[in-house]
Amino acid sequence: MSAKERRIEDIDHIVIRFAGDSGDGMQLTGTQFTDTSAILGNDISTLPDFPAEIRAPAGSLAGVSGYQVNFSNFDIRTPGDAPNVLVVMNPAALKTNVGDLEPGGILISNSDAFVADNLRQAGYTQNPLEDGTLRNFRLYKVPITKLVDNALKENPLSFRQKERCKNFFALGLVYWMFNRPMESTLKWIQDKFKKNPDVLDANTRALNAGFYYGETTEAFETRYQVRKAMIAPGTYRKITGNEALALGLMCAAERAGKHLFMAGYPITPASDILHELSKHRRFGVKTFQAEDEISAIGAAIGAAFGGAMAVTASSGPGIALKTEAMGLAIMLELPLVICNIQRGGPSTGLPTKTEQADLLQAMFGRNSESPLAVIAPATPGECFTMAFEAFRIAVKYMTPVMVLSDGYLANGAEPWAIPKIESLPVIPVHHPTSKTDGAFLPYQRDPGTLARPWAVPGTAGFEHRIGGIEKADVTGNVSYDPDNHEHMVRTRKAKIDGIANDIPHADIFGSPEGDLLVVGWGSTYGAIVSAVEKARAEGLDVSALHLRYLNPFPKNLGDALKRFRRVLVPEMNLGQLRMLLRAEFLVDAIGLNKVKGQPFKIAEIGRKIHDLNPKQMPSARRAAAVA
Amino acid sequence: MEPGNGGSAATTTAATAAPAALTKKDFVSNQDIRWCPGCGDYAILSSAQNVFPKLGIPRENFVVISGIGCSSRFPYYVNTYGFHSIHGRAPTFATGLKLARPDLSIWIVTGDGDGLSIGGNHLVHIMRRNVDCTILLFNNRIYGLTKGQTSPTSEFNKKTKSTPLGSIDYPINPISLALASEATFIARTLDTDPKHMARIFQQAAEHKGTSFVEIYQNCIIFNDGAFEPISDKTTRADNALFLDHGRPLVYGKDSHQAIRLNGWQPEVLTFDGTPPANVAVHDETAVDPSWAYLLSRMDPQAGFPVPLGVFRRVTRDTYENLMTRQIEESRKKSGPGSASELQALLTGEDTWTVPA
Ligand code: SF4
Repeated sequence: MSAKERRIEDIDHIVIRFAGDSGDGMQLTGTQFTDTSAILGNDISTLPDFPAEIRAPAGSLAGVSGYQVNFSNFDIRTPGDAPNVLVVMNPAALKTNVGDLEPGGILISNSDAFVADNLRQAGYTQNPLEDGTLRNFRLYKVPITKLVDNALKENPLSFRQKERCKNFFALGLVYWMFNRPMESTLKWIQDKFKKNPDVLDANTRALNAGFYYGETTEAFETRYQVRKAMIAPGTYRKITGNEALALGLMCAAERAGKHLFMAGYPITPASDILHELSKHRRFGVKTFQAEDEISAIGAAIGAAFGGAMAVTASSGPGIALKTEAMGLAIMLELPLVICNIQRGGPSTGLPTKTEQADLLQAMFGRNSESPLAVIAPATPGECFTMAFEAFRIAVKYMTPVMVLSDGYLANGAEPWAIPKIESLPVIPVHHPTSKTDGAFLPYQRDPGTLARPWAVPGTAGFEHRIGGIEKADVTGNVSYDPDNHEHMVRTRKAKIDGIANDIPHADIFGSPEGDLLVVGWGSTYGAIVSAVEKARAEGLDVSALHLRYLNPFPKNLGDALKRFRRVLVPEMNLGQLRMLLRAEFLVDAIGLNKVKGQPFKIAEIGRKIHDLNPKQMPSARRAAAVA
Repeated sequence: MEPGNGGSAATTTAATAAPAALTKKDFVSNQDIRWCPGCGDYAILSSAQNVFPKLGIPRENFVVISGIGCSSRFPYYVNTYGFHSIHGRAPTFATGLKLARPDLSIWIVTGDGDGLSIGGNHLVHIMRRNVDCTILLFNNRIYGLTKGQTSPTSEFNKKTKSTPLGSIDYPINPISLALASEATFIARTLDTDPKHMARIFQQAAEHKGTSFVEIYQNCIIFNDGAFEPISDKTTRADNALFLDHGRPLVYGKDSHQAIRLNGWQPEVLTFDGTPPANVAVHDETAVDPSWAYLLSRMDPQAGFPVPLGVFRRVTRDTYENLMTRQIEESRKKSGPGSASELQALLTGEDTWTVPA
């Protein structure tokens, strides 16, 4: 075969989705492609999407696992609405994913997997690769299984073992198609399989075979190239939300001059936080895998009583189990960080899918009047910042703080400008050790923050008792006094409300006033801002405001809402933030609600904006927007 | 306490200061005690307050943690650090606190409802982990604070407010449970024998690892006389078997009864004069828990005495020591965990730079 010179076309961005059986290694393939693109300097955003079952029946629709990556030469905020390229390893993956592929998109299939049994399992009565139903796509039928087997003739592995390398073949082919270097993946294979030379050899050969297949067959007319992204100068790495969260917690402990204590119980999609932190004993990080969710938060509260920077992390069902202990932490007024990596619910719900329907649980899901601070990162990288911020607030105000992340942020990845530890703020901690006179008063508050002192066991002269029974103001003795109770209930609320003086105002993307304001929180940030950006480019009078602080709200929020004629709140729930905004500010906010276990697409929000028929921007403002 | 933890400023002082000569008075708080007059809890509190000053531990290093129930009011009455937590969960707070602060002496006070019902899971797991702490389980075989419902240790067919026709729950045996949970120190004592209580508390406190002490405690209001034959001084000798390490299992008013083994079957035997050679001898250090289990299953209904004392006392690394060791070893292997190492961790392995 002659390797004819193929045209390399420059494009701004590409969305690729790899889809296959959960056993096909699609998450790995996607991650490798992402790593390579990130190191090349593209902006990236990813959406891993996998089933809850570790090994659903092979070839079944339920067992399909996908990984979508958007890479670009400009600043992107989402993993992309529709893939431009879809790689499917079997009929089930085709069936569940082809509906998302853009018309005219590239469809690469492992034609060897389109055999009778697999077709039947996917519900096809005839082979879709052959019956013309895919004519709207640029279909490539690649006999990957056979090609891999050929490439590995000399390798002693069994046929089944060789077959497992087909994801690397697919990756090699895609690397060729998008003109990417393979060094990073080759190095990864070297490191991963250094103890198993046959597997190392097989994967390396499969990867190369995929690349050369692109090079030598005449089937592919064009290669594409996405150049480096113009993003802010700095040193970057790729990071997922859970990685960023874990590092943020560690850095907060470092800047507080303390050790981190993390207690958790295995639960999707929060377990990776426990996994990550358990690797870092040398930094004094103590991780505790508890017997249940209650024990995990209990241990964290115990550690906080002892003076540690204590955190527990879980997801909806686990958070539900922790609620009683959260109430206790509110009563004890100890610093505690609770991370909720939200997933589809209620009950077990959709463990591996994303949702943001635990906002009201975070706000109110405890008995009685039990306020705590609630904050939410907007992007994977921001999980670092908000984890750090959670500890700052917890320690300064002696309160539990809940961080609301979600499955999409937790597993999604983006480039992250690596911060310098010494440029992170110091978190001041004060444990009283000497008192001026009289008995120690555990509930005597700082007049500014209303925080009580954090006296830790082991300090002579500060012996005191804490507990869940109502405390008398100042002395902390058990008190059933009616007036004291009301005073304490109001004080606990005032303390949380007061945090509003200590957090940034909400930024508005667009204009400070106008026709339509799109308000969001958490992981919907990318889709909302991208949709609003588009609408503004079309001259529509639309702006966006994204909330990272949910309790208390930023101080400027009420005023900001009033400056717009209408407010739209897209959420991956049935209108929880909308309910809070209506209750707090009496605004007639409109909802856009999606609860499919999938993040918003930019177009979905764009469509809603158009449905609301916003006014054109006044010319002066438009000029400013363009500038 | 390991260096670098911000809590150290306070605790280093405490740890280096020579413990002042403490007395019982130092452990009495200024709070009014709210237990019913005649409740067995008073005697238990008093025994603990007697033992605390004898342990050579500075007062500020004691932390008493409880759950919910009558017994769980205990921390308010002891002038140390105290934590009256939520129902059944005391072992969880204790575990976190001990991991964060291995320097502290941690006491858990719980009851049969708190520890064996709502908190059964936590009790099992703190024992299997061998977190260094002392658990005092006040067993009165009833729910007292909620006014008299059946508990996991109530007898079968017991008539209570919640079981007017008789309880159809089979009771749990706390000592057997502790054995199954791998506790390294397991003992039973009794509220009407302050000397025995004090001795057991002291041994429990000195043991490194989880010490589980079941205390038979009389609830005078809702379950009076639950332990009558052994709580009553006049009948105790004939109904209780005091376990002593290395000593034959002999009991009775005039020490004329003993336990011997017929295979794995204990038997009561009666003798005159010196005990016969085949009387079983107690070994609390037996690594195999079977012996202690056999003792825990001796049923008074079947004519056996109730064993009191230490069932089991074995050595095993504590959870917090193992954690500390992992920290030390990873530091030896991969570096001391400095700020520059943390920066390297943030940076990761694959980076790229966007020039200005
Ligand atoms: S109800 Fe029973 S256990 Fe509770 S304080 Fe009264 S006597 Fe003691």
